[in-house]
Amino acid sequence: MRAPFYEFGAFGSGTALVVALIVGAAFGWCLEQSGMGSARKLVGQFYLTDLTVLKMMFSAIVTAMLGAFWLGRVGLLDLTRVYVPETWVLPQLAGGAIFGAGFALGGLCPGTSCVAAASGRGDGMALVAGMFGGVLVTGLGFRFLERFYDVTARGTFTLPQALHLPYGAVVALVTGVALVAFRAAEYVEGRHAA
Amino acid sequence: MIDRAAPHPAPYADPYVCGVGLGLVLLAAYVVMGRGLGASGAFASSASGVVAALSPASARANPYFARYAGAAGGPWLDWLVFELAGVAIGGLVSAYFAGRLRFEVERGPHTSRAARLLMALGGGAVMGAGAVLARGCTSGQALTGGALLSVGSWLFMIGAFAAAYVVAPLLRRAWR
Repeated sequence: MRAPFYEFGAFGSGTALVVALIVGAAFGWCLEQSGMGSARKLVGQFYLTDLTVLKMMFSAIVTAMLGAFWLGRVGLLDLTRVYVPETWVLPQLAGGAIFGAGFALGGLCPGTSCVAAASGRGDGMALVAGMFGGVLVTGLGFRFLERFYDVTARGTFTLPQALHLPYGAVVALVTGVALVAFRAAEYVEGRHAA
Repeated sequence: MIDRAAPHPAPYADPYVCGVGLGLVLLAAYVVMGRGLGASGAFASSASGVVAALSPASARANPYFARYAGAAGGPWLDWLVFELAGVAIGGLVSAYFAGRLRFEVERGPHTSRAARLLMALGGGAVMGAGAVLARGCTSGQALTGGALLSVGSWLFMIGAFAAAYVVAPLLRRAWR
């Protein structure tokens, strides 16, 4: 059986929703276990007192990146059938910056706010409500945004394409950057604790 | 009301172990579904669902909502809506067994409950606007697109963390 299983018709859209619940629950479990449902712990990243966000995100990205690369290399996973988010250079840089400002203000991101809310935190519930309102209002005013929304569209555009490097070389590069970042994170936390 | 806060809640697990676990969950999503994780997309679908329920004509006329409201199965049977419901369930179960289920508002020692709730509400609203423009958030862009080496996802991450480091010092007093 070839992967992605759903893409090759192994099961239908109803079963896919059951998979969604299971995948989501595992995602939420990992976030809660690491303390990412806590805004106080999460903002430690921005004040360099607790770098769990960096360690967690980078180790997740490297794990999934290496897994996808090697499963693709040995032919178990058809990477052309895995959806790669497309690129819009300026909207995503600007949207990222707006998002980051809100992240620092709210102390949680959309996914972690659901974990915070589910574990009883009122600030998580307020953030979920704010997020819903923000998407709703931005959607209602979409026609003012529409022109900028579609500028600098690059379609499916990956780092190997942008850097003119083989896929494996970029995978090795990102892994190396992550290992350096982990060492730096331990150093910064150690200095803070001292 | 359930309130299961143990006198000594379990310490948080190792961030690298959790990160590798999260990476394996993301990899499983690629392998089983051919897509990654997300969060803001579920908000977009449910907002579209609410607009479509209140005014079907305006949902159809709005290109942003129309895409979600007109999806096969409708906005409420969207994959990310179920996935995010799963996130809440997983977070709840994990917090329960770790003795961390507690009704509280996390805030700095000199920040009032109302001020902290306003920060969260406002921060959420700003993030909502950013996620619409960026077509995703820390889950759908940073994690999912990051691991697939999408240029836009890495630009999103750079923009988000740069802005957060600019804004956070202005809010330092709220946390200490």
